[in-house]
Amino acid sequence: MSAGPRRLVIAVVYPDLLGTYGDGGNGVVLARRAAWRGIEVELVQATSDRPVPRADLYTVGGGEDGPQVRAATTLLEDGTLVERVAEGAVVLGVCAGFQLIGTTFPDNLDRPHEGVGLLDLTTTKGTGPRAVGELVATPAPDAPRTAGGDRLPRLTGFENHGGVSAVGPRSRPLARVERGVGNGSGDGTEGAWSHRVLGTYLHGPVLARNTALADVLLGWALTPAGAPEGTVAALEPLDDHEELALRAERLEATDGGRTGWRDMARRVLTRR
Amino acid sequence: MTVRALPADATAPRSARTSLATASVSAVNRLSRALGRGSGTVAGGRVGLLVDPGLLATSATGRNIALVTGTNGKTTTTRLLATALSDPDGAGVVSNDTGANMPAGHVAALVGAPAAPLAVLEVDEGYLGRCIVETAPQVVVLLNLSRDQLDRIAEVRMLVDRWRTALGTLTAASAGGGGTLVVANADDPMVAWAAAAAPSVRWVGAGQVWHDDAVGCPACGGRIEFTAGGAWACDRCDFARPDVAADVVGDELVLADGTRHRLAIALPGQFNRANAAMAAIAAAPILEARGQGDLETALDRLGAVTEVAGRFSTITRSDHPVRLLLAKNPAGWTAIFDLLDETGDPADPVVLSVNARTADGFDTSWLWDVPFERLVGRPAVATGERRLDLGVRLRYAGVDHAVVDGPSAAIDHAAASTPSGGRIEFLGNYTAFADLRREL
Repeated sequence: MSAGPRRLVIAVVYPDLLGTYGDGGNGVVLARRAAWRGIEVELVQATSDRPVPRADLYTVGGGEDGPQVRAATTLLEDGTLVERVAEGAVVLGVCAGFQLIGTTFPDNLDRPHEGVGLLDLTTTKGTGPRAVGELVATPAPDAPRTAGGDRLPRLTGFENHGGVSAVGPRSRPLARVERGVGNGSGDGTEGAWSHRVLGTYLHGPVLARNTALADVLLGWALTPAGAPEGTVAALEPLDDHEELALRAERLEATDGGRTGWRDMARRVLTRR
Repeated sequence: MTVRALPADATAPRSARTSLATASVSAVNRLSRALGRGSGTVAGGRVGLLVDPGLLATSATGRNIALVTGTNGKTTTTRLLATALSDPDGAGVVSNDTGANMPAGHVAALVGAPAAPLAVLEVDEGYLGRCIVETAPQVVVLLNLSRDQLDRIAEVRMLVDRWRTALGTLTAASAGGGGTLVVANADDPMVAWAAAAAPSVRWVGAGQVWHDDAVGCPACGGRIEFTAGGAWACDRCDFARPDVAADVVGDELVLADGTRHRLAIALPGQFNRANAAMAAIAAAPILEARGQGDLETALDRLGAVTEVAGRFSTITRSDHPVRLLLAKNPAGWTAIFDLLDETGDPADPVVLSVNARTADGFDTSWLWDVPFERLVGRPAVATGERRLDLGVRLRYAGVDHAVVDGPSAAIDHAAASTPSGGRIEFLGNYTAFADLRREL
């Protein structure tokens, strides 16, 4: 078990500006999964009219173009999020929240805006149609691993965005797209991460469909800031049969119920 | 049946193309019904529009048109408005009352009732602009605007900008019935932003339970502050709740001059009193222009509506009354939870059914915006094609639940652990609700 804190503050960042796609659910999933393990947890809805609270774990959700710009500006002015990340706090950014924790993201007129800079990520407006649909991605070989050192299982979710995100050298792609668009930058990647900050285009919400990822984020938050890179506090297992049934059903639906030869070939070729 | 003389242009000779299009709508609808493929309204309308893309405009010409749109309450308000405008014998008003709310459905309804001088059309939020251009409406009713089917329609702000552009093209309403009067919900800042572009607006304080999509000011990007009294204003610019012509206060409609009218309706819930108020305010000028009555006339007629396409109706299944409720998006579910609190027993079991087909939206993330925590203490059964998504949501909401395949089986499951005669509440989203009605 971990030597980290047994008390967690989880903050949903600006739900009044960034809550379009049910991403507030990520905060609920994290808080419940911590509480079910006997961890004292406080879930804060951190609205944009107040200073950002000091939390151990932040979630930043999806939103529309105008509120996204306002959220990034306000977060930069506030400063607490950047400060807490430097102290080891964990961040999950989803969709617009993923884009705005990067370095640069566009507004509705494709003018670049300064992001919070927690990830090395440049987002521009895509030229093609919006990416809308089920998204399945296999975690990259060097992506975060579980407390037991295993690779995370396939990630499933729903994407709905018009942005194209390029991951720079100071961050790493989270996963490789199997179905859907993901980052859309031509390299087949989805999401990005560095240290304890992780972003993705997956919602659904992402942590309800991918509880192993939820437990990695909790494990990070329960690990002391000075621990070696990759350390994830172990958590006792939960009865996840409903989440696992949902995952299986979604993955089967996107696979069309069977694996075609293209997928088999792709999986063999992309295997390490 | 009252038969009124039609305006001259409606009986004028039509182009061969329009005649062919009109004939094909009827033919396809007959064929569709004969094949047992439903009422066929959409199929016929689609073929008609294919033959003559101008068919919506042509079939609307010469009638007084009222358009009703918004995220929630469209079908109910359309029914209430059509009822308020109808003579007791029901003559003279045509409406797309099956919920087919895109142009194909409008065309099918209009072509099917060539003699009706009045039309009340429910309009999908995304089609308001086109319908305004093609039908030259006398009245446009704007109910509310919040997140719904984000994968299909658009984000709320994109939609509200399109509404605003369309409403800005209208001409001012005149006492004789010319131009367009917009009847708009002043309690929804998104609606207010769009409607403010129209030259003639009658503002109604109809209430709005859902504020989460209206925090960012649509005018300047500032922050909309809501006060307990129901007012709202931007913290940066002068965008604020407009002065209203009428306010819904409990079960009364209070006009600006202080006159109070009872909203005596048979449909349950505060949001239906709001829908009724919008319908009555929209009906009054049409009735007055035609010399057929006024606001009182409209209000008196609304009590005749007891259900809307099965919604709010109660069926009996194995000794249990089962109330059928439809909710499609977070604002709609929240309003239905209010209705359960207001009109039911807090221990009554709930059967929740969710699908994710085209008409529902493919993305089920919205389930996490719905405050299912409010159902804690009620036995719940999750069903529908996305019952697993719903089950996971209920688990994290702390609601005890079972997951059962098939809506009628789910009702039976709830009935098995409910004392005989105990009420069961069924809540389904769009196609899940239709599935249950088909099964029963």
